[in-house]
Amino acid sequence: MPTIKVNGKSYELKDVPLDTPLLWFLRDHLGMTGTKYGCGVSECGACTVHLNGAAVQSCVTTLEEVGESEVTTIEGLSDDGSHPVQKAWKDLNVPQCGYCQVGQIMMAAAMLKSNGNPTDEQIETEMWNICRCGTYPRIRDAVKAAAKEMSR
Amino acid sequence: MSASKHYPNALNENASSSTDSHERADIPSVSRRIFLATVSATSLVLMGKSMVGGGAALANAGLADPEKFAPDFFVSIAPDGTVTCLAHRSEMGTGIRTSLPRVVADELEADWARVKIQQAIGDKRLGDQNTDGSNSIRFFFRRMRVAGATARTMLERAAAAKWGVPASECYAENHQIKHKSNGKSIGFGELVESARKLDVPKESELKLKPRAKWRFIGKDVPITDLNDIVTGKAIFGIDARMDNQLFAVIARPPVVGGKVKTLDASEAKKMVGVVDVVELPAFQGAPLFQQLGGVAVLANSTWAAWKGRDALKITWEDGENATYDSEVFTKQLKATAQKPGLVLRSVGNATEVISKSMNIVSADYSVPHLAHAPMETTCAVADVKTDATGKVTSCHVLAATQNPQAVQQAVGPALGMPQDDVLVNVTLLGSGFGRKSKPDYCVEAALLSRKMGRPVHVTWTREDDLNHDYYHAISAVHCEASMNDSGVPSAWLQRAVYPTIGSTFVAGASTPAPWEAEMGLTDLPYDIPNLSLEVGEAKAHVRIGWLRSVCHIQQNFAVCSFADELAHHAKRDPFEFLLELLGKDRKLDMVAAKLANRDAPMDEYPYDIARLKNVLRRAAEKADWKRTKAMPKGRGLGIACSRSFLGYTGHVIEVEVAKDGKLSIPKVWVSIDAGIIVSPDRVRAQIEGASIMATSQALFGKLSFKNGRAVESNFDSYVVAKMKDGPREINVDIVPSEAPPAGVGETGVASFAPALCNAIFAATGKRIRDLPLSGHDLSWA
Ligand code: FES
Ligand code: FES
Repeated sequence: MPTIKVNGKSYELKDVPLDTPLLWFLRDHLGMTGTKYGCGVSECGACTVHLNGAAVQSCVTTLEEVGESEVTTIEGLSDDGSHPVQKAWKDLNVPQCGYCQVGQIMMAAAMLKSNGNPTDEQIETEMWNICRCGTYPRIRDAVKAAAKEMSR
Repeated sequence: MSASKHYPNALNENASSSTDSHERADIPSVSRRIFLATVSATSLVLMGKSMVGGGAALANAGLADPEKFAPDFFVSIAPDGTVTCLAHRSEMGTGIRTSLPRVVADELEADWARVKIQQAIGDKRLGDQNTDGSNSIRFFFRRMRVAGATARTMLERAAAAKWGVPASECYAENHQIKHKSNGKSIGFGELVESARKLDVPKESELKLKPRAKWRFIGKDVPITDLNDIVTGKAIFGIDARMDNQLFAVIARPPVVGGKVKTLDASEAKKMVGVVDVVELPAFQGAPLFQQLGGVAVLANSTWAAWKGRDALKITWEDGENATYDSEVFTKQLKATAQKPGLVLRSVGNATEVISKSMNIVSADYSVPHLAHAPMETTCAVADVKTDATGKVTSCHVLAATQNPQAVQQAVGPALGMPQDDVLVNVTLLGSGFGRKSKPDYCVEAALLSRKMGRPVHVTWTREDDLNHDYYHAISAVHCEASMNDSGVPSAWLQRAVYPTIGSTFVAGASTPAPWEAEMGLTDLPYDIPNLSLEVGEAKAHVRIGWLRSVCHIQQNFAVCSFADELAHHAKRDPFEFLLELLGKDRKLDMVAAKLANRDAPMDEYPYDIARLKNVLRRAAEKADWKRTKAMPKGRGLGIACSRSFLGYTGHVIEVEVAKDGKLSIPKVWVSIDAGIIVSPDRVRAQIEGASIMATSQALFGKLSFKNGRAVESNFDSYVVAKMKDGPREINVDIVPSEAPPAGVGETGVASFAPALCNAIFAATGKRIRDLPLSGHDLSWA
């Protein structure tokens, strides 16, 4: 039986078609509702998770495509909100409604892993997630704050 | 109501067990995992009327707890000193779930670390729960103070009795009652037993804390859900789960008022995970909050239901809106705006003055339909129980709703049960913007649950959200003014034409209502001797609803743009000109103007021109407005101001337009005067967010219709602002004020788009009268 690795644990894929997007498997089958749906077509970033450490949109990534790769979701980023990105988000009171923020945090965490000192322009291009509440100015600042913290 | 009864227990169990059970490598079977994601690990407390003993159904579970001291719906204290505040407004990003309890806790002199927040069910005894209209603080600031002061006063009296001293010698401080001189003190918790035996004082007996003693009001604290949000534990409507629930995705008639002609569900029923396919009836009469009808696919996961829906073969009967074409309609609106309309406010004789003038300026503005597009689509889960005869015996709804009482009012009749018996718990909302005060999606969940005999969770896809919204009205506004010799208007005529929100509630309603016109049209603040402020008829062909800032979107776009046009026509500085238009410091005569002032008392909430001028001046000063003259082509400042939802804003926006037309917004300055502020950082956040939302609307906002069907269906076509599009810096200036609290959430939107377009004119000489900007070439040479 095929399995999938999420946050360091393996799960058997029983009665789940392999063309199911990772997003809905996480949410409805594993009950990990931290990863959010916003568009289903890779336009909003709400569903962002890490695949072998890189940001991907789980709404357009099927279980088949995940294969043997390691999935990390917000539930696996830290137990308690202690990841530097999460801490920066809290310090700057970034969230309004909060719905997009998991995707924003996963996106930022992946970006900072590969680029520890992003320029404003890089932040603007890489952080393409939609926030309908309009927390962008604070996200920009929080990414910078997290980058600083992580480089220490 | 057994469903609700087991809920709080389920919560506690899962809070400790759910994470562990996910992490076992030997996953038994995926189907069992489906329902493990309950409403656990969040601070949202769910409670039901059934928890309350003694017959009386009460909105505050604390009242039913014999151990607690609960003198008021909104506050209770446990013997261990824990204070519980009831949050009865919905949290959709404003911070209200934190802000109102802060007011209670301040007046109570509670220690914030010992305050818990419970989310209320829908219950009309709590007063208005429609989290909408930027009303929460305004409506409940005093009420929360009274709740806190009631509890404090009773604790003081209880301590006084214990010590045998007059209550006047006792006072509350940081979760204790202290004596003025004898050094005694006692914790709140220790007084619970005796305080609960006292009579509840009348409001007139209470002494509210003087402003100098406020400890929380006006001071920032992180929102209560912050950690849950950044760890993904926060539960929104899409995450709400009930035991044994099915997931539903619905195919709705693509044209409003349409219905299913033929249905072939055979393929859908064969899909993996699909449990059933259910037809929902078309609605009758005006749309109201009725569900739209269509065909629901019920499955064991959202995706299975979605795939099932894709496999449905449906033909539709489109009904009378089948030919709706928004482009053609805009032309009709513009034509209507040229003809005399229904005059709602008139001063002097504008028509005559204009007809005799040799110096007339006129302009026509338009804004397309807009969609709310909340980040979280509309979602709800319902559990409806019936007896052997099929009669509904109970209904429990768990939903991302701005208005749990509206859910009761819509679901009750739909199920044929008393609306007050519908139990509604509110999750966090992944934003709302007005969409989630319209509970059609809750009705869908309830009807489907009744049919299936088990809980049903309805998820709207983004396509559903954009194709079946209660849209912001499409509009045209005509402005005309005659200018006198000194370059100021002698007459101002303005005519707004758009389908009314009233059409959603009364079939065929086609004239904008006075309360709609009052958002930026009839409340015109300019001191001009001749005014004619009119509306024209427009029929609705889709469901029209209120969207953050509502009619200010189109009406302030016109009024603030036109003022700028007149300034340039008169070769005047737009800021100076605007100040002159606003005229002398005075209060607008609301009675003469027949304005309802959002039903706020005129003495507490006058239309104060001095405050409007003040925010305008402050924004101009912070932005260093005088730079405007020296700016090179391609750079410009735009200015606008408005009073909306009883709050005042002044906007200055700086733009850069490259030669090729590429627009960027380096800086925005907003001054806001919304009276007393409870949570300054949340006000700042709201104004930042309002700026981004208004950027979305101005740059990209357009939802069009062809053949009655919405054209744009996801964020690739209904584009909204991303980080790269929004202002790079938003400077928010909160005016210190002693005035009673006014609106904030929507207030920040009204004058943004016109200030932006005024800036574009300053930079390029191009006047934008038809939004969105994406339809215009801003290039210059
Ligand atoms: S839900 Fe995946 S990108 Fe929007
Ligand atoms: S915080 Fe609400 S959508 Fe981003």
